Amino acid sequence: MSRIGVFVCHCGLNIAKTVRVSELAELAATLPDVVVAKDYKFMCSTPGQEMIVNDIKQHKLDRIIVTACSPLMHEQTFRKVLAASGLNQYLLTIVNIREQVSWVTHDIEEGTTKAKALLNGAVYRARLLAPLTSRVIDVNPNVMVVGGGIAGIQAALELANTGKKVYLVEKNSTIGGHMAQFDKTFPTLDCSACILTPKMDAVLQHKNITMMTSCEVSEVKGFVGNFDITVRQKARYVDHSKCNACLACTEKCPGKGISEWDEGLVKRKAIYIPFPQAVPQKPIIDKESCTFFKKGKCRLCEKACEQKAIDFEQQDTFVQVKVGAVILATGFDLMDTKPLVQYGYGKYPGVYNALEVERLFNSAGPTGGKVTLRDGSEPKSIALLHCIGSRDKNNHEHCSRVCCMYSLKFAHLFKEKTSADVYQFYIDMRAAGKGYEEFYNRIIEEDVKFIRGKGARVTQSADEPGRLVVEAEDTITGKFIKLPVDMVVLSPAIVPRADSKDVARLFNLSTDKQGFFMERHPKLAPLSTMSEGIFIAGVCQSPKDIPDTVAQAYGAAAEALTIVVKDKMELEATTAMVNPASCCGCQNCVRVCPYGAPGFNETKRVSEINEALCKGCGLCASVCPTSAIIARHFTNDQVLAEMEGLMEF
Amino acid sequence: MSFEPKILGIACNWCTYTGADLAGTTRLQYPQNLRVVRVMCSSRINPSFIFRAFQLGADGVLIGGCHPGDCHYNTGNLYARRRLAVTKKILEFSGLEPGRFRVEWISASEGNKFSEVVTEFTAQIKSLGPQTKFKISQ
Repeated sequence: MSRIGVFVCHCGLNIAKTVRVSELAELAATLPDVVVAKDYKFMCSTPGQEMIVNDIKQHKLDRIIVTACSPLMHEQTFRKVLAASGLNQYLLTIVNIREQVSWVTHDIEEGTTKAKALLNGAVYRARLLAPLTSRVIDVNPNVMVVGGGIAGIQAALELANTGKKVYLVEKNSTIGGHMAQFDKTFPTLDCSACILTPKMDAVLQHKNITMMTSCEVSEVKGFVGNFDITVRQKARYVDHSKCNACLACTEKCPGKGISEWDEGLVKRKAIYIPFPQAVPQKPIIDKESCTFFKKGKCRLCEKACEQKAIDFEQQDTFVQVKVGAVILATGFDLMDTKPLVQYGYGKYPGVYNALEVERLFNSAGPTGGKVTLRDGSEPKSIALLHCIGSRDKNNHEHCSRVCCMYSLKFAHLFKEKTSADVYQFYIDMRAAGKGYEEFYNRIIEEDVKFIRGKGARVTQSADEPGRLVVEAEDTITGKFIKLPVDMVVLSPAIVPRADSKDVARLFNLSTDKQGFFMERHPKLAPLSTMSEGIFIAGVCQSPKDIPDTVAQAYGAAAEALTIVVKDKMELEATTAMVNPASCCGCQNCVRVCPYGAPGFNETKRVSEINEALCKGCGLCASVCPTSAIIARHFTNDQVLAEMEGLMEF
Repeated sequence: MSFEPKILGIACNWCTYTGADLAGTTRLQYPQNLRVVRVMCSSRINPSFIFRAFQLGADGVLIGGCHPGDCHYNTGNLYARRRLAVTKKILEFSGLEPGRFRVEWISASEGNKFSEVVTEFTAQIKSLGPQTKFKISQ
């Protein structure tokens, strides 16, 4: 006989509106083993929690059922209530009558019936619950940060400053990310390099940060507190331990590759550093454009290198890194706008995307900061087209959030650097951010012309060869306009990295509808993920500006720190165990477990589960032909009892 | 009174259960005939659960897991996929109407898909009428 307490939450009207909560409590009182049944407005509030604590003591309750929101929301909250009352936290059952009942129906009859069924199932299950003991494990104090853009840099610096060792993994040969490509940042117009490069240098100098450039994560094993990660160090063909960064090699190199850094606007050498302020300042060889790799002879860089650092034989290597927590800050890509043929990107030389224009403004860019078209002439009129591929149901539904603001910034810089007429084609101006609306007003004053209408098409001018014509509907005047310009700047949708699906799989993350990494909770846990110990920061979670990205980086660092600051942590006790008396020794469990948790004891001829490796999925329990494996907290009996309860209503 | 079927759902914690929660937070409406049991992984689902559900009088059973390849436990749902395919065959061999048992891969971000599947499946079960083949009368 157990003594069950049932606590039904109204959640204000969130639940009470479509479920008759008092009726649930009345029903509960009639169910087997239920000693106390109550309903209350906000069960998660302090008075609600105290009510549970008091009833546990007063009525000597040994099972608690909270009928409220999703267990993914407040299971941990109520587990703590149990623990505080001296009750084993696994004796809690949550009945989800908000997300899965009251919010998905308008019909109070339907809602109440379903809630009753769920509650009944929970009572049946609760009677069979057993107290479980959490496992305590040692925590590795180190952290890995994946992605060396501003988010990753900031997170790494914060953690390193607390004394933790940080591995910063970056797939390119330099850290800096997209921010290092920018010239100015809105709305303050401070120079991007001036605020970023000192941070990049701080990373390089920091004794607690191991910078791993030209590296990618290839395998993730282990679990929160004890991740065992394999990092692939891509061949650089330059031994960085010997290289003294004199860059004599780059001068001699005859190879020509496309400069990824300058968005393909210019060529770079085959042995190169992406930009003069790159960190580290050591070159790599791009195999695709290297004359030696292509034709089998050249080796001019090798001859130029006094340090004998060039190594054409270098291979990819694999490095094992052990950490307690991981922060992913892998950033974004711009949508490829070539398939949107109506805009002529890639077809007309006068059409640019936003990142290319960032490079044109940049004094370290291909034109030395001068705004010139591909033919070297200065544009006389420029059209900035917002929302290309975003806020577009045919492409990406989401708003890319920063395009309005950077287009305003571009307008200002165009006005500053040229005498061109500048036109903004926008759907809505979104200037929500500190100082953003003020910046917008300032740009209006700068004689920039605003046309409320999405750019529909870019064509070549029939009258003036080389010029372009932007077609749009001005939705304020209702007129269809055709505007001749010299230069068109597209604001492409900000999209997840091309390999973000692979990264999500490596780290066991979910992705949202757009493909960005999904947070544990959109409001209350925006930096945590469903994989414990893995955190996200910056645009890999959703498009955002630099201040928000930096704020998230601080937050993710704090989240990671809450794990690695402790020497030990508790893990879920919901693991599987083998009953040796009924194990037939077939080893099905050994074969199927993705974590190698079950092993076969040759002496006893039975399987045994290593709890430290078990993640509690329950796969082994369902392949066990003799039901010798018990998936704790989800035992056959518990699941079947719950089902029985559910089907009675 | 019109026939209101009882549908048992078994959903994995990481994808389908979370997707169902998302349907709730975005206030998508769907019929209330489904009652969901949460398990950690679709691979936890023992075929006996499904037979038992029909014995208990479920008019339909809906299983939800992560998309193959996206399993929170790497490979769990691949085992589940095979096992549930066999289960379906056995059920149908034993005389159950094919439309009563369904497996769907619904991710944590697919609240829409969850509500669509439940709406559609409920309508299908309604049209099939009460399940009597396996039901043990009390």
